Amino acid sequence: MTNQMPPPPSLGCRSQPILKQRGQREVFCGLTGIIWLHRKIQDAFFLVVGSRTCAHLLQSAAGVMIFAEPRFGTAILEESDLAGLNDAHAELDRTVAELLERRPDIRQLFLVGSCPSEVIKLDLSRAAERMTQAYAPKVRVLEYSGSGIETTFTQGEDACLAAMVPVLPETDAQELMVVGALPDVVEDQMLGLLSDLGIGPVRVLPARNIDSDTAVGPNTVFALTQPFLGDTHAALERRGARHIAAPFPFGEEGTTAWLRALAREFGVSDETFDAVTEAPRRRARQAVAQAAEPLSGNSVFFFPDSQLEIPLARFLTRECGMSAIEVGSPYIHDGIHGPDLELLPAGPQLSEGQDVDLQLDRCREASPDLTVCGLGLANPLEAEGLSTKWAIELVFTPVHFYEQAGDLASLFARPLRRKSILGVAAE
Amino acid sequence: MKLTVWTYEGPPHVGAMRVATGMKGLHYVLHAPQGDTYADLLFTMIERRDHRPPVTYTTFQARDLGADTANLFKTACQDAYARFKPEAIIVGASCTAELIQDDPGGLAETMGLDIPVIPLELPSYQRKENFGADETFFQIVRHLAKPMEKTQRVTCNLLGPTALGFRHRDDIQEITNLLYELGVEVNVTAPMGATPSDIAKMGQAHFNVLLYPETGEQAARYCERTFDQPYTKTVPIGAGATRDFIAEVKALAGITAEIDTDRLRQTWWSRSVDSTYLTGKRVFLFGDGTHVKAAARIARDEMGFEVAGMGCYNREYARDIRALAKEYGVEPLITDDYLEVERAIEALQPEMILGTQMERHIGKRLGIPCAVISAPVHVQDFPARYSPQMGFEGANVIFDTWIHPLVMGLEEHLLHMFREDFEFHDAAGPSHHGGHAPKPLSPAAGEAGSMPAETAPAPPSTDVITWLADAEKELKKIPFFVRGKARRNTETFAAEKGLHEISLDTLYEAKAHYAR
Repeated sequence: MTNQMPPPPSLGCRSQPILKQRGQREVFCGLTGIIWLHRKIQDAFFLVVGSRTCAHLLQSAAGVMIFAEPRFGTAILEESDLAGLNDAHAELDRTVAELLERRPDIRQLFLVGSCPSEVIKLDLSRAAERMTQAYAPKVRVLEYSGSGIETTFTQGEDACLAAMVPVLPETDAQELMVVGALPDVVEDQMLGLLSDLGIGPVRVLPARNIDSDTAVGPNTVFALTQPFLGDTHAALERRGARHIAAPFPFGEEGTTAWLRALAREFGVSDETFDAVTEAPRRRARQAVAQAAEPLSGNSVFFFPDSQLEIPLARFLTRECGMSAIEVGSPYIHDGIHGPDLELLPAGPQLSEGQDVDLQLDRCREASPDLTVCGLGLANPLEAEGLSTKWAIELVFTPVHFYEQAGDLASLFARPLRRKSILGVAAE
Repeated sequence: MKLTVWTYEGPPHVGAMRVATGMKGLHYVLHAPQGDTYADLLFTMIERRDHRPPVTYTTFQARDLGADTANLFKTACQDAYARFKPEAIIVGASCTAELIQDDPGGLAETMGLDIPVIPLELPSYQRKENFGADETFFQIVRHLAKPMEKTQRVTCNLLGPTALGFRHRDDIQEITNLLYELGVEVNVTAPMGATPSDIAKMGQAHFNVLLYPETGEQAARYCERTFDQPYTKTVPIGAGATRDFIAEVKALAGITAEIDTDRLRQTWWSRSVDSTYLTGKRVFLFGDGTHVKAAARIARDEMGFEVAGMGCYNREYARDIRALAKEYGVEPLITDDYLEVERAIEALQPEMILGTQMERHIGKRLGIPCAVISAPVHVQDFPARYSPQMGFEGANVIFDTWIHPLVMGLEEHLLHMFREDFEFHDAAGPSHHGGHAPKPLSPAAGEAGSMPAETAPAPPSTDVITWLADAEKELKKIPFFVRGKARRNTETFAAEKGLHEISLDTLYEAKAHYAR
C-alpha cells in the first residue's frame, strides 16, 4: 500500500458544542425524496395525499419535468375532504382504484403523508392496511410521512425505507445489507467491489423492485451509504440487524474507511483488501487531486440541507485542502455522523437546524470562498458576490465511492472555476 | 380528492408571493410549515431573481403544533418587521396553517405595529395561484390607496404585472412606451415595481390599463367604483388587439394623436409570400384565458392558421373561452388536468401547439411542434433579451416565436417530394433545430408494423378500422408534421363512408375530399 495517507485528524469535531438556533428553516420537506425514489424503485408509485402546494413543490423541485407520466402523483385534498374523515377515506379508496386501474404495472404503492393530511389526522396506516388487503398479492401498499412538519428533505427517503423494513421477509442467513438509494451505476460499482473483496451475500435497500431477495434478521449486518437514514437504522435494529458504523463513502478516504469497516466485519485479509482497492484508490486520489486544484486553500460554509454536510465537509477539508467555516446540518445524529465528525479537523462551527436570517448574517460576515446552500439562497448570494454550490445537486448526482470521487470534487470546484473563467473578481 | 400529476397553477399563497416579490418595500409574513420555503426557488431559480423573495415563513414543525404556533407567528412577524423595515406587511396562511386556524390577520393586528398590516384570506382548498395574486393585489389596493385629486396631465395606472409573470417585465416597458407616444403618462405600475406608498397614489390616475385580468381585475373593478377610474378591456396582445387597445386608450384619454406603426413588422412578415406555408396550419391553443383569447385572434386573423381546438386551465375564464370556442367552431376544453389536455391534443393531431410549458412536454412526447404563449413557464421562458408579448414589438416577437418550431416553406416541399431521403427525413425534424426527432410513444409502438387506429382516439365511429399494408406504407411516406392529420382525416373519412378497411385508394380519396 502506498503511504500517501491524509494527515491524521488533530482533534476531530465529535465532542464539539453544536449551535442550535430556532427560526425560519430554509429547507425542503421530505416529499422531495420522491423525485429520486420513484426512479430508483421501478415498480413503485408514490401517491402524496396532500394539497396543491405538495403537487407544486414536486413539480418545481424536480426542476425539469419528466416527459413520461411520472410514477408519482398527488391526491389533492379539497374542501369536502376536510369536512369528514370517513368521506376522505372513501375518496382515497376511489382515487387509488382509479390509479391502479390506469397503472397495472405498479406493484408497490406508497401513500405519502403530507402536512395537511397529518394536521387533519387522516390515518394513512389504516388506509394502507385496508388497501393491502384489497389488492394483495398483486400490489403492496405502504405508507410513510414526507411532511414538512415531520421531515426535512432527505428524511423523506429515510421515512420511506423505514416503512419498508417491517415488511421485509425474515432470514437467519448471515448477510450484508447496504442501505440507501444510490444511482444504479454506483450501486453496481459498489456491488462489484464487495464481491471482489469476497463479502456477501449482499442485499440492498431499497431494491429496484418488489421481487428482490432483500430480507432481514438477527444475523444481518448493515451499512448505510447515506447519512440521513436514522429511522431506517432504528427500524433495522428493531429487526435484530446490527449496524456497522463507518465514515460515509465519499472521496477516496471515506470509501476506503467504509469498505475497511465491512472488510473487518467479514474477515477480509489486508492483502485482499489492498489488492482489490489499490487501483481504484489510486485513480480516485488522482482524480480528486486534479479536480480539487481550484478548491485548495479556500474556505467553505455549509447551510443545512440534506445531512450530507458533515461527511462532505470531511471530504473537502481532508482531501481537497479546504477549510470549513461553518458546517450546518438539519440534524446531527451522533451514532451515524460520529465517525465522520471524528475525522473532521477541529475549527468549524457546527450547527443543527437554523435561523436562516441569522445564519446569512454569519455567512456574510465570514465571506467564505464557497457557500453550499439551497436553491432559494444561491442566486441572491451570488448577486452579493459569494460563490455558491447548490446543495440539491449533491443529492441528484452520482457522487459515492471511488470512481465518483473526482466528480464530487468537481461539483464543488465548478463554481470557482466558472468565476475565474468569467473574470468576475471573487469579492 | 383529485388525482394530479402536474399542476398548471400553484396554491393561492404562491399568487400572494408573486405580488409581494414584484413589489418593493412590502413584506409577506406567511404562517407555513417547514418545506413551504421551496416557493423561494420559483423566483430565485426560474425567474433568476438576485434577491430573496420578501417572505418570512414561520416554518412550524410537528413539535410546535402542541405548543404555541400563534406565538411563533407573532415572533416571526416582529422579527421581519425589525429586520426588513417594510412600509407595509401582508400576512396570511398556507394550506396547512389554514387548518390550524391561528388567524394570522388577527394576531398581527394585536401587535400594534406602526405600519399597515394587511390580512389575506386565501382559501387553499378551493382556489389557486391566480386567485391568490388577484385577491392579494386587491386587498393591498383596498387598504392603501386613497382618494386623491387627479393629475393635471392625463395619466393612467398599469395593473396586473407580477413577479414570475410570463413576459411581464417587457410588457410593462412596451406598453409604457406606447402610452407615452400617445401622450399618456403612467402614474403607477402595480404590483410589479410599486412600493406601498406608490399604491397610495393610485387614485391620482385618470384611468387604468388592465394588462393582466387574471391578476389585476378585482383591483381594477375596485378602482372603477372607488376612484371613478374606468379601465381598458382590450389586452394588447397581437397587432389587431394593440390597435383596438390604442383606440380604447384614445377614447378614455380624450386624445386624437396618431401613432407611428413603423415598428410593427408582423403584418408584412405575415403577408410576405414566404409565409404562404402557414396558411391553414391547424393549431391547438391552451393556457390562461386571457392569453388564449389573444392567441386565438392572432392565430386566425394575423397568421392565417386554423384553430383546431382551444381551452384554458383557469375556470374563472371558462365562460369567455366557451363563448370564443363557439365563435371559432371548436370544442372548448376547460380543465386543469394535464392528462386530459394531452388526450385532447392526441385526438386532434394539430400541426402545432400553442400552450404552456406543460404542452411543450406533450408536444415533445407526441412529436408536435410547440410554442409557449402563457404561464406556467419555465426558466427558458425568462429570456435575457427584450421580448414582450404586448404592443407592436410583442406582435413581432410572437410571429417569430410561433414560426420557429415549424418546418419552413421550401423545406416542407422538399420533404414532401423526396420522402425517403436517408438524411432528409421525418425523424430529423426541422433542419434549423439540429435534428429534433419526434419521440415515439414507446419503442414498441414505433417498431411494430401495424398502425392501430385506436392510437388516434375518438374518430366518430367506434368500429375498428384497419389499415391495409399498402395504405399504411404510403402513410409512412407522408412527412411527420402532416402525418397525424392525414391519418386522422383518412380515418374520419373511412368512418363516414362506413368503411372498415383503409386501402391506398381510401387514403387518396380522403386526400381529395379534404383538399383545400
